Amino acid sequence: MIGAQILIECLKREGVQVMFGYPGGSVLPIFDKLYDADIKFILTRHEQGAAHAADGYARATGKTGVCIATSGPGATNLTTGIANAYMDSIPMVAITGQVKTHLIGNDAFQEADITGVTRPITKHNYLVKDVKELAIIVRQAFYIASTGRPGPVLIDIPVDVQQQDIEFIWPEEVKVRGYNPTLFGHPGQIKKAAKLIAQSKKPILYTGGGVITSGGHNELKELAEKIQAPVTMTLMGLGGFAGTHKLSLGMLGMHGTAYANHAIMESDLIIACGARFDDRVTGRLDHFAPHAKIIHIDIDPASISKNVKVDVPIVGDLKNILGQLLEEIKTAPDTADWLKTVESWKKKYPLTYSAQGARLPDGQGSASGGKDDGKIKPQYIIEQIYEATGGDAIITTEVGQNQMWSCQWYKYDHPRTFISSGGLGTMGFGFPAAMGAKVGCPEKIVFDIAGDGSIQMNIQELATCVCNKINVKVAILNNGYLGMVRQWQELFYKKRYSYTTLYNPDFVKLAESYGALGLRVTKKEEVRRAIEKALATDNTVFMDFHIEPEENVYPMVPAGEAINRMIGGMA
Amino acid sequence: MRHTISVLVENKPGVLARVAGLFSARGYNIASLAVSETLDPTISYMTIVVEAEDEKILEQIKKQLNKLIDIITITDFTKKEHVDRELILVKINYSAKDKTKLENILNKYVAKIIQHKADMAIIEAVGEQEQIKQLLYSLNTFGIKELIKTGRIAMA
Repeated sequence: MIGAQILIECLKREGVQVMFGYPGGSVLPIFDKLYDADIKFILTRHEQGAAHAADGYARATGKTGVCIATSGPGATNLTTGIANAYMDSIPMVAITGQVKTHLIGNDAFQEADITGVTRPITKHNYLVKDVKELAIIVRQAFYIASTGRPGPVLIDIPVDVQQQDIEFIWPEEVKVRGYNPTLFGHPGQIKKAAKLIAQSKKPILYTGGGVITSGGHNELKELAEKIQAPVTMTLMGLGGFAGTHKLSLGMLGMHGTAYANHAIMESDLIIACGARFDDRVTGRLDHFAPHAKIIHIDIDPASISKNVKVDVPIVGDLKNILGQLLEEIKTAPDTADWLKTVESWKKKYPLTYSAQGARLPDGQGSASGGKDDGKIKPQYIIEQIYEATGGDAIITTEVGQNQMWSCQWYKYDHPRTFISSGGLGTMGFGFPAAMGAKVGCPEKIVFDIAGDGSIQMNIQELATCVCNKINVKVAILNNGYLGMVRQWQELFYKKRYSYTTLYNPDFVKLAESYGALGLRVTKKEEVRRAIEKALATDNTVFMDFHIEPEENVYPMVPAGEAINRMIGGMA
Repeated sequence: MRHTISVLVENKPGVLARVAGLFSARGYNIASLAVSETLDPTISYMTIVVEAEDEKILEQIKKQLNKLIDIITITDFTKKEHVDRELILVKINYSAKDKTKLENILNKYVAKIIQHKADMAIIEAVGEQEQIKQLLYSLNTFGIKELIKTGRIAMA
């Protein structure tokens, strides 16, 4: 069996049903075998789209996403998608073709040292120099990508290795001697954590992407209810705890809710679950949660005590550890007063937006002086999408204002329903990710909430959606600006809008030219009708919402400030 | 402060680049690095002397190294009884009349002349960092023309 066929056999045995990618000279043998393989292949229009689609597929399904590209430019085009998956700990296997073994290092046509390039943005990578190693490498790649703290693994396969013929032997066992993720929490640490919880008066659960990765959402709910602690989520953690639950405080951090930020700052115990104290969450570190003891549960020991000092570290799989904790906790702390305080913050500092005109930074007045200027508020659109979909859609986002509004104004009740580029902040992620999510979950409605800037970074994937009947709904919050950058320029650079004004195509005509449906919406009363029409349409739909151009995302913690020093949050 | 750590790694191409890349990407400093094969040809041994301002950074370095798939085990010699050595070759100004003076110095160390010509001598010496430092101080009276050090190696 030749290397290319061995690869396909291995992929099938790893349970791969779908691949995203783009052919080229150095992957011809693989594509020849893909031609009649029992694997669904989605041809994207750019390799970056393929990587993001594989990522979106992985986030929506929990399975390992697979993408493939040729050597050189094909491989380098994958890199943003690989880095994105790396930052957000998404299981992905990226396969690249490489020039013939004897040409490596000779600056051959379409040669790039892709294992060198991706070393800092993959969990691990391989250059297959001998076809005899191929099967075991594929096996290891899937094992490493999907276990422990997941991440992308790249396999670079020279074209001559793809052509070499040997007997195929499937390695039943996979073992990597330098890699042994810890699965259960140390019993001593669990005891210490349970004791701290029992003693606490103002506990808060701060939860991240680890809840979703580990599948520990039920255990989290049980724990929150058992100890009656409020729950705040990171961007990556949204959906890990029901947004409509009365203990939910929504997202915290730079654009989190004021009540979540106040709660974390006033708490006496933070129970961090699969979250990594990112700078967008903690704000100014030396002012972060000054009264709190910290329990940190994470599968990655390097995430613990990296940014903040932790009192009780527990390394292991979150689902297992939450189960261990639930068994260990005998008495729940009395948090009635604490919950009352948190409730009062919720009432005092609710998430709001002015229905008329852009809200001023003091959070009080509006630019139009309270007069209804008929402009559409982006927050309103997201509320309407929430209502129209009954909160049951998968929402992907691009990066910037569209992303933050999507975090704030849609309530995610289930894991894997919110898909967004958290760590890397990749514009152009949302649309191909939506495509991947829809392929993985065809029964779900998938919305990409986009900005007019971001959508143009991978807009070519319209062709992929239409060709393959991957019906995703794209809501473009079109303000004619690179909105988040403009917001920072407004607030911190004296309104000098340096290169943030966009000239845009006619998104309706553009969608139509690809065979998708385009809808333009310029009035508030048309918003819901357009969403309903998009939902009723058996096609990919671009909704071009012309929104209030200078609407800002509030509340906002200026970079480097303590997170309870918000602007525009009436806090 | 300098700390000596050793790592057992897979003896594969690219492993050194992974370790070095990790240090540069995360802004850690390598003071010295020594790499060699072990008795098991599939495993290499790296002794790394790292600069770390505090315990927290040292912990991060060890944790991040541990995440590299090709790293098998890590030993931190900071709080461990161990021996360590470095080897130097040093070229000094030398003439036959200095012979006794030089030998008197070298006799106090694990050091010897391995080559000498009319106007110079090359000396090999092995020792702990502090001994090497003292030896170099003494040799400086002859005038040091060239100095090459290996990285530190350590064993517990």
